[in-house]
Parts: sequence; C-alpha cells; structure tokens
Amino acid sequence: MSRISDLFKSKPHVINVGIESFKDDLLQQGAEVIHLEWTPPGRGNPALIAALDKFESPELMEKIEAANRLAVERIINSQPVLIGYDQAINCVPGMTKTTILHAGPPITWDKMNGPMKGAVTGAIVFEGLAKDVEEAAKLAASGEITFSPCHEHNCVGSMAGVTSASMFMHIVENKTYGNIAYTNLSEQLAKILRMGANDQSVIDRLIWMRDVFGPILRDAMKLNPNGIDLRLMLSQALHMGDECHNRNVAGTTLLIQALTPYILQTDYTIEQKKEVFDFVASSDYFSGPTWMAMAKCALDAAHGIENSTIVTTMARNGVEFGIRVSGMPGNTWFTGPAQKVIGPMFAGYKPEDSGLDIGDSAITETYGFGGFAMATAPAIVALVGGTVEDAIGFSTRMKEITTTENSNITIPLLDFMGLPTGIDVRKVIQTGIMPVINTAIAHKDAGIGMIGAGITYPPVEAFEKAMLALSENIQ
Amino acid sequence: MLVQALIKPNTYFDSVSLMSLSTKANQIEEVEQAIIAMGTEMNKEVMKNVGLLTPEVEVAGASDLIIVVKAATDELCETAFKKINELFTKKNSGKKGTNDIKYSTISSAAGSNPEANLAIIAVNGAYAAREAKKALENDLHVMMFSDNVSIEDEIELKRFAHEKGLFMMGPDCGTAIIGNTALCFANAVRKGNIGIVGASGTGSQEVSVRIHEFGFGISQLIGTGGRDLKEEVGGIMMLDGIQALEDDEETKVIVVISKPPAPSVEEKVLAKIKTCKKPVVVWFVGGNEEKIIAAGAHFAKMSKEAALKAVLLAGADESKLNKRALNIPLIEEVRTKLTSEQKYVRGLFSGGTLADEAMHAAMEKFDNVYSNIQRNPEYRLKDRYTSQEHTFIDFGDDEYTQGKPHPMIDPSTRLARFVQEAKDPSVGAIVMDFVIGYGAHEDPVGAFLPAIIEAKQQAEQEGRHLEIIGYVLGTELDPQNYQEQIDKLLAAGVTHASSMQNAGLLAREFVVKGE
Repeated sequence: MSRISDLFKSKPHVINVGIESFKDDLLQQGAEVIHLEWTPPGRGNPALIAALDKFESPELMEKIEAANRLAVERIINSQPVLIGYDQAINCVPGMTKTTILHAGPPITWDKMNGPMKGAVTGAIVFEGLAKDVEEAAKLAASGEITFSPCHEHNCVGSMAGVTSASMFMHIVENKTYGNIAYTNLSEQLAKILRMGANDQSVIDRLIWMRDVFGPILRDAMKLNPNGIDLRLMLSQALHMGDECHNRNVAGTTLLIQALTPYILQTDYTIEQKKEVFDFVASSDYFSGPTWMAMAKCALDAAHGIENSTIVTTMARNGVEFGIRVSGMPGNTWFTGPAQKVIGPMFAGYKPEDSGLDIGDSAITETYGFGGFAMATAPAIVALVGGTVEDAIGFSTRMKEITTTENSNITIPLLDFMGLPTGIDVRKVIQTGIMPVINTAIAHKDAGIGMIGAGITYPPVEAFEKAMLALSENIQ
Repeated sequence: MLVQALIKPNTYFDSVSLMSLSTKANQIEEVEQAIIAMGTEMNKEVMKNVGLLTPEVEVAGASDLIIVVKAATDELCETAFKKINELFTKKNSGKKGTNDIKYSTISSAAGSNPEANLAIIAVNGAYAAREAKKALENDLHVMMFSDNVSIEDEIELKRFAHEKGLFMMGPDCGTAIIGNTALCFANAVRKGNIGIVGASGTGSQEVSVRIHEFGFGISQLIGTGGRDLKEEVGGIMMLDGIQALEDDEETKVIVVISKPPAPSVEEKVLAKIKTCKKPVVVWFVGGNEEKIIAAGAHFAKMSKEAALKAVLLAGADESKLNKRALNIPLIEEVRTKLTSEQKYVRGLFSGGTLADEAMHAAMEKFDNVYSNIQRNPEYRLKDRYTSQEHTFIDFGDDEYTQGKPHPMIDPSTRLARFVQEAKDPSVGAIVMDFVIGYGAHEDPVGAFLPAIIEAKQQAEQEGRHLEIIGYVLGTELDPQNYQEQIDKLLAAGVTHASSMQNAGLLAREFVVKGE
C-alpha cells in the first residue's frame, strides 16, 4: 500500500488525458498538471489500434525493442566518410547511359510533376540524348529511358533528384559497416535542374560541373587518402548553427576548408580553381547534398533488420511521399500523397505557385537533423514559425516518435541533447505526431526553380500502411 | 505605379529571414509588390525580371540590404517603407512559444516527470482502457472519468492496479478528492479527518458537502467506480479503498457509499468493515440495516444522516450542529396550495445518486414510483420521454447522454424535460438538483432560470400552483458563487432545500394527500 500512502501524503501531480477543463480546475487548486496533447491512436482506426496492441504483447515487444535497438545502434555507430567523387556511370550500381534516377518512391514519366519533368528533360538534353527539351520530353515518354528511384541505387537526390550518367557524385563510405552511398553535386540555388529549371544557363552550368568542377573535386580527393569524416563534420556544423538541411553555412565552410588543400594540389589552372571557389561561395548550399549522402550511408546500414519498426527512408517524388522501414527489407515503399510545403517565399510568388513536397532530402530528418534539429539553428527560425521557442519545440517534440538520442551529434541549446534518432512507426501511429521536415519549395511548373522554403509533414497514410504491413510481418 | 528602393549599406540578414520579411512586406496594405533581399547578383536579376530594378539597386553590393517597393503614389511608398522598417524592429516577444514541453503519450510524460503520481483519463471510452493501462504500467494511480468502458476492461485494470498497489478509480463515478485536491467532478471542501469511499459520484459529493457544512472535513475521497460492487468486479477498489483509509493516519472515520451491492460483494465488503479498526458509516442507497449493524458498522438510510453520523463519530458536539430539520409549516402551506389533481412528484436530476435518494424517499410513501434507474423492471419508465405518476429521472444515465456531455455540464436535455413537466396539471412538485463545484456548469441555476420563471407564470395563468424544489449541491468554497445560486432560486419563487435528503423528503411530503 505504499504507493497509496505516498499519494495521500503528496500533492497530486497529474497527467491529464482528455477533457482540458480538468487541467484548469487542477491548476486553480494549485496542483501540478501536465495536459497531454492526446489524439486517438491510429486516428481511431481499429485495425491500427489492434496492431499497436499486438505489438504490446511482452513477447513481440521484446523482439521489436531488440531489433530497434540494433537499428539505432547501427545508425549512431555508422561512420560515413567522403572518399571521393566520380561520374555516376562509373560508380553508381545499375547506372546506364539511358538511366535517369529520380527522388522519392518509383514513378513513371506520365505521372511526374512539373519540376521533375523539367529536370528530366534538362538532364536528357545535358546527356546529349536529345537536342532540346521538346525532343527530350518525347524521348522520356517513349519508354527508352529507364526511370528508377535514387534510393534503389544507394543514392539520394535533392528536390527532383534527377541524376544522369555523366553527373559527378559524392562517394561516401560507411567505415563501420562497409556500405557506400552516393549523391550528386550541389548546383547551388534558384534556377537549377533539381528545382525543375532547364534552360541553357542550367545546361551550361551542368556542363561546367561535369568538365571542370567534378574533375577537380575527384582529383583533389584522390590526394586525400583518409577521406573526410562527415559525421564529425556534421556534428561541428550543428554546433556552429546549421541544422544541415536548410541552413548549410557552417557545413559548407567546413567542407570547402577540408577540400581546399587538395584542390590546390591538383594540376588545374589557377583560373579553374578560382572558378570552383567562386562557385562554392555563390551559395551556402554546397554541403547540402553531402549531408544527405552521409545520412543515407548510415540509414542503409540500419535497413533490413528483422522485426524492426524503425524508418530508414523518407522521400518524395513530388506526387507521392514514400517511406521504407527497416523490418520490411529491400525496396518496399509505403506511400501517401505528397503534401504542400508551408513557409516564406521569394518575392513575387504565392502559395498556389508551389509544387508539392519533393526530394530525397528528408533523409536528413530520417537520420535526425534538418527539421529534427531546428533548435540548433536559431538564425532560420522564420522557417518554423518565427521564434526560438518554436524551433526548440520542434526538436523536443520529435523525441516523442524516436527511439533514442544520438550521443555523437548534439544540440548545445538543449543541454547537448543528442539528435532524436530512429523514427518508430509504432510511435507515429500511437501519437499522431508526424516527423517534421523543413525543405525547399520548387515552383509547380517546369523551368522556373526554387521559390521558397518551409515546413511540411509526411502523409499519415504512409505510416499507417507501414504499420499494418509490419503487423502482418512480425509474428 | 511607382518603384522606390531603399538601400541599407553593409546590413546583413540571412536569406530565410529575408524571405519571411518579404512575405510580410507584401501583405502591407499600401504595397503593390515588395522585395527585401541582399544585393547579390542573383537577387538583382530577380528584381530585374519583375521590373523592380532601380538605378540604386543596380549599383548595390552583395552586402547591402535592398528594400524595393512598388506602390501607387510617393506617399504610399513612404508609408510602406515605414511599415517595413517596423517589421525589422518588431520582436516576437508577445507570441506564445512552445517553451513548455508538450507530451503526447502517458509514457513520455511520466518518463520525463518522475514526480507525476496520478493520471486522469477522460477520453472516449473506446480508447480509455488502453490509456489507463499505460498509466498503471507507469506506476500512476488512475482516475478514469470516461464512461462506456467495458466491464471486462474494468476488471482487468482493477486487478492490475491492485497487484501494483495503485488506485484505479472509476469508471462511471467521476469524483475524488485526493490530498485536498478535487479531481474531475468534486466540491471544494475543508480538509479533515473523515475519509469517503464511494461507488457513487454525486452521492459521495453530497456527503462530502454535508460534512463540510457540519463544520468537518474530508481526508480523502476515493471514487471507486459505479460498477465496483457488482458481482463481476467484486468490490476490488472498495476493499482497497477501505484498507487505504484504515492505514491513513489522517483519517479517523470512514464513510462507505454505494447503491446496494451484489450479495456476495456485500458480504466481502462487510467482512472487511468488520475487521476495520476505525468506525465506519455505511450508506447503501436502499440498503439493509441489519446486515450493516451486524458488521459493526453504523447504518445510514440517507445522505445527510450518513454525514451526521460521520461527524458525530469524528467528535462533533451534536447539540451545536444545525441539522436543518424539515420545515413542517412550509409543508402544510404548500399542501393547501396544491389541488387534489396535483398528485405527483417529478424529479429531474443531473446526479444519479441524488435521483436515487429522492426516489427512495418517495418509495417509502408511494408504490407508484417510476424511473429510468428503477431496479424493479415493473417500475421502470416505459418511454424515457414520458413520465408516469411519480417519476424520477437520472439524466446522467447513458440513454440520455448519447453524444452529449453530462447534464452537469450541458443542461439542455433536462431543461427541455422541465418545460414539459411544468405543463402537466397532475404534477404537484418538481424537484431538481443544481450541482456546482469543479467540473460542473459555471451557472447551473442561471441556465434554468428563464424556464422556471416562465413555467411559474404559465401555471399561475392556468390557475394552479407549481411547486419547484431546488437543491444546490456545493459549498461556499466552490469556484461558482454558491450563495448567488441559492439567491437566484429564491428570487424565482423556488423552494430551496438545504440538502438532497431534505429535497427528496420535501417533494414527497408536498404531494401527500389527506394525512
């Protein structure tokens, strides 16, 4: 009876679930109250509640918890190292001259949205497979181009994610688990292929990146035998005020600083080297893709663990949002409709100009930074509502749906709390809290490019489908 | 249209802040179009594309802040610049942040707040058991306010709670006072040395309020749940509650409240009481006196009697108590006002046990007493919308609350019924409770007042006296104004009863004929 006498002797400290006025009554009496932000689990869907209940049986719970511990351990212990740069055709598994990789879950040409079609046709022109975008569109529709998700080729691609054979890729090796991840180079910001723009200036930039920028980076990294430890660098960048999805000022500085000695040692002309530095300096975004490959490299190591309910991929193709879950191995995608992105926009653009959420960049949130680490980046709190409190709220809230904190990468402002790590499908369904993603906004039409940035969430359907599949799968 | 630019040299803002400022600037009334951006080549190109490039902008550098405004006149441009400047200086200090950590699950809230000791569950019944289980798993006592929880779930939860030495209060009895703090529906009463274990919500409220009125107080009030003394549940919480109060040093006297328990459970409870070292007062609405006395407990037939016995056992000096005896002259007076046709009582209650108590008072004198909560099916209302002879209705019963809040919060169903009953020429007296306290309506009497006044006038026009008895369940410490509630009743010509017991007895006596 000691718990009861404890209760009688102390003032009630109440967790209030449901009717909010009870909270006010308790506060009025001087009691301590925590009012839960409660919603019916699984949006009240009996099948989802049954799945949650099933997973709470002691035997299954133990299995799942053990699998999830292993999954987050692999995410946290992964040590992704940038080991080089090369053209996609030379390194990306399954790449051919007529393959176009794209962001998000699988999608066919006829279903692609404006920005993705713009990027695909631009890439076809860039590869010399068509003389102009009109001809490229015909080729894309002809069935002669192989479309495939970046994620199914160990790659990630920001925004449209369009990656073609001769584009230069980051090569990131997981020193702990041996797997490799790839992503292409930053075109920097605004009117660029990944945002759906495809005019001559875009193609010209891609050509320069293929002929000058890429080769210099490739040759520079050949001179660096140890590679660049990206996890360490990410951790530093977060401490310098980046969240490394929308703010990459510090990360870019750190990355180019690490590359510079090797770039200087290459045989290119001073003029060409200066072009590289000018290009990197033209936008803060240079390191953006690098962090995505880093996250992909760690999360791939956690994919395919039996009984695990940890999310290993969140990606969008502009039409559908797809997730992959560790316990559903291979390329099993669970999808729902891509959502709008809400946030500040460049002058002259209105919300109705926005394309729907697109890109593999949500891999950063899947790992635990980006929107999950907003509290590290007070400089860009405008993205999340304008106050530092809001930013902190986003980071602390994500702990409700994640498994652990990543002690390797911390947020100083939150007493060095580790990144919320290991999104658990069960927790998302239980709480109704969706992972928060901060991301760029592309114009809905092909050929225009970036028009803003803001916040979005995955569609709940993707998680619901994953939950039901896991419930079938975990016995 | 005019385009004007303002350049702030060497003024840096990051691109996200600038996007946000631009968005706000474009919402300014005077502004046709505005761009706020650093003077980079890229931004200057954007401005050129939308026709906002001025000579000043053209020569601005990458570290200069550019504000360009398109507006109808010079004056409007000036106003716009002024408002944009305000945007730069405006801080978000007034905005409510998310500084308080928010939790979505009991586990996370309990995990981060180890001092939490109790969970109140007031969610839809379909989810309530699940949440209660989580709370118990996290070593929290539970007050289950939700209704529509299955008895199987209740049994499982209570067994689990019992094993862990935790309280699982409720469901279907949303009353408790723990550590002088009212939970859910309860009244503000003095702290004292009388402990209550009650399977009845308003019954427990009533006794606590009477004890307070007698000048005594409550140590703890444990609401066990309305079904706790059913055969299936077996009185798990009642037994634990009695034990807890026996162990509690602050508690000197224990009051046990319930509707008549299942016989096997009654036996268990009375056996428990028999071994209890503290005096126990038992009020089982309509219960058997002999068995209770045999268990060494003090028998109370009605609520005020239960409170009275408790305070006497707690050391009250009976000669100093105001027992508020029934007003006999008033009974005589009302009887003469009622016609021979006006034979029936209609009791319209928001509190279940209050309805039950008034009904039992009537049943002592009449055999034609009908109700939706009658245990004898012969006297159960055939149609819940139509009264028969003496009728007592508990509007808190599930059949009246489908898709609606409890009548202690939402008076609408009971109000409509009142209007109907007031028109019935066979009705002599309408008796109603008005429950105040935590959780209850902010002005329950006020909600009825217009209807009461109108009904009285209507009856008068028809040449009959309509006797309305009102009882306000509450104390002067409750958040609502207790005295004001009573004053409103009196001003409308309602007879105010000082307790539920008296309300039931008065209603019964008013309509007795030919004694």
